[in-house]
Amino acid sequence: MSDIDLTRRNFLKTSAGAAAVAIAPGMMLFQVAHGESEGASSKVRWGMLIDTTQCKEGCNDCVTACNKENGLSGETKTTDSQWIRKIEIKDVSSGRELSLPMMCQHCEHPPCVDVCPTNASMKRADGIVLVDKHRCIGCRYCMMACPYKARSFVHEPLSDQNPDVPRGKGTVESCTLCVHRIDQGLKPACSEACANKAILFGDLNDANSEIAQKLRTVASTQVRAELGLNTGVRYQGL
Amino acid sequence: MSSHPPMYFKNHLYWVLLAAGGAVALAGLYAVHMMEHYGHIISGMNNQIVWGIPHVFAIFLIVAASGVLNVASIGSVFGKAVYKARAPLASLLSIAMLAGGLTVLMLDLGRPDRIIVAATNFNFTSVFAWNVVLYSGMFSLVIVYLWTMMERRMNPFNKAAGLAVFVWRFVLTTGTGLIFAFLVARQAYGSALLPPMFIVLSFAWGLAVFHVAQTVIYNWNEKTLDPAILNRKKNLLGVFVLGSLYMVATYHFANMYFAHQQAFELFILRDGGMYTNLFWWGYVLLGNVLPLALIFMPGMGRTRCVMAASLLVVLGAFALLYVFIIGGQAFPLNIFPGYEVSSSFGDGQIATYTPSLYEFLLGFGGLAIAFIITTVSVRVLNFMPQDKPYISD
Repeated sequence: MSDIDLTRRNFLKTSAGAAAVAIAPGMMLFQVAHGESEGASSKVRWGMLIDTTQCKEGCNDCVTACNKENGLSGETKTTDSQWIRKIEIKDVSSGRELSLPMMCQHCEHPPCVDVCPTNASMKRADGIVLVDKHRCIGCRYCMMACPYKARSFVHEPLSDQNPDVPRGKGTVESCTLCVHRIDQGLKPACSEACANKAILFGDLNDANSEIAQKLRTVASTQVRAELGLNTGVRYQGL
Repeated sequence: MSSHPPMYFKNHLYWVLLAAGGAVALAGLYAVHMMEHYGHIISGMNNQIVWGIPHVFAIFLIVAASGVLNVASIGSVFGKAVYKARAPLASLLSIAMLAGGLTVLMLDLGRPDRIIVAATNFNFTSVFAWNVVLYSGMFSLVIVYLWTMMERRMNPFNKAAGLAVFVWRFVLTTGTGLIFAFLVARQAYGSALLPPMFIVLSFAWGLAVFHVAQTVIYNWNEKTLDPAILNRKKNLLGVFVLGSLYMVATYHFANMYFAHQQAFELFILRDGGMYTNLFWWGYVLLGNVLPLALIFMPGMGRTRCVMAASLLVVLGAFALLYVFIIGGQAFPLNIFPGYEVSSSFGDGQIATYTPSLYEFLLGFGGLAIAFIITTVSVRVLNFMPQDKPYISD
């Protein structure tokens, strides 16, 4: 066949070329902004050790830092999201009082992940428990299942979001351990903001990390340890 | 076939009822639209009470949808002629209530537009995901079962289909109970007693709904139910009500026995204000004691008494579900046993919940869907129970 339609062939070539030229800069910019994307490693397990003896009653710095970092309003109505909150506790028998931050405990066996019908609740290889905002259908079963009441439901439309922390009306959210900062080699915002250094962040699996060393030398507890969830967040002095 | 239609309906009333049902269903859709637009902020639900009135309606409808099939099972599986004649109506009610309940459940989601995500991404450790399979399977099975009853050529398969439905609905209600039974962290739930409790509750609620529908259909046709049949069915309802009361009592007694559960039980049974009132006055008195009196007291048990008893059982069901679902969430999660706790997120406090109109509209919308499906089907197809001239069993 000699009468091949060269016009069409040329058109396709030109289109493909134009598309490549159009997409390439975007791809490059994405790489510049985020670096080579590397999957989370299961050799790492991110966690925190919270020293309740250093946590001051009335101090809210970790909460404020979290709100700012993640674009939360900071309001505390029953319908507002609170990824981290300060809890004041008082031992009924001894009267001993403590103040501590409570957030997603990043369990090894997270009940929220077990109950999520769509796999939107998930645990990253490095132990961070997250919600995929594109998969969450907003059934709130995870909120029923979480023993720490760590999750919030977005009740209203949102604006002015932090581009690194996508959120969405009608989906459930919780502490991400500032996964976007961790992936850049930074500490979670709450840990960085604590003036008393009460929130120690690090890799539980790395024997040489500060957190692992401290966990070997001080007595620490997991909140609701009887549930056997093996939390990534531990408390000292509780 | 006789030349007369099998059922005589008052034409005018039919259209009025259909329009009324349609209006309520539309109001429900309006509520969904508003919740979609503004978010759940316009509902009374919040971060402490995450499941509210819509879930009370949805779970009632789904549990009753399973229980109403008891009538069909006694007919098809255990071969009782009186019940066999009522199996088509029972199946219809089951499909109608399942459709209504699932609609409410789906439209209450934060992102109902992503329902396709729920249908295509299964997490097999999630009892919610199992329920997606169980509910759609039940729907299909009951339709096949109806087909084997209403199409003569399919009659030989009726027994097999009936048995499949019988097994499936036990698994389904187990699944509904497991939604709560798997919530290990909450005082109100996390009990292996819940699936059997839901199964027995479903018997009572389903039969009560069946009685209401049957009485209305007989009335419209200007027929009265054979007293011998009424007597059998009312006694069965009485036994189911007693059985469900027993299960609920056992659940609370078992909780009372565990020291760490006592605070929760005292909240529900003694100090919970509205929840306590709803439990004792709504569920126990109106939903159990009064119906039992209407059924078993000498001189009672006539058609009207049974109708009233059935309506009261349904009312009691709503009271119990409100206490169970909302009261169960209102009681604070015990994160630090032995400590008094307080925070900006409601720790250590009884959560407050004021249901909004939109939630009620959505719930009643679900009831309306069940009502419309039933009314239209009863008119266009033959669901009137056709009793044999004598009762063989």
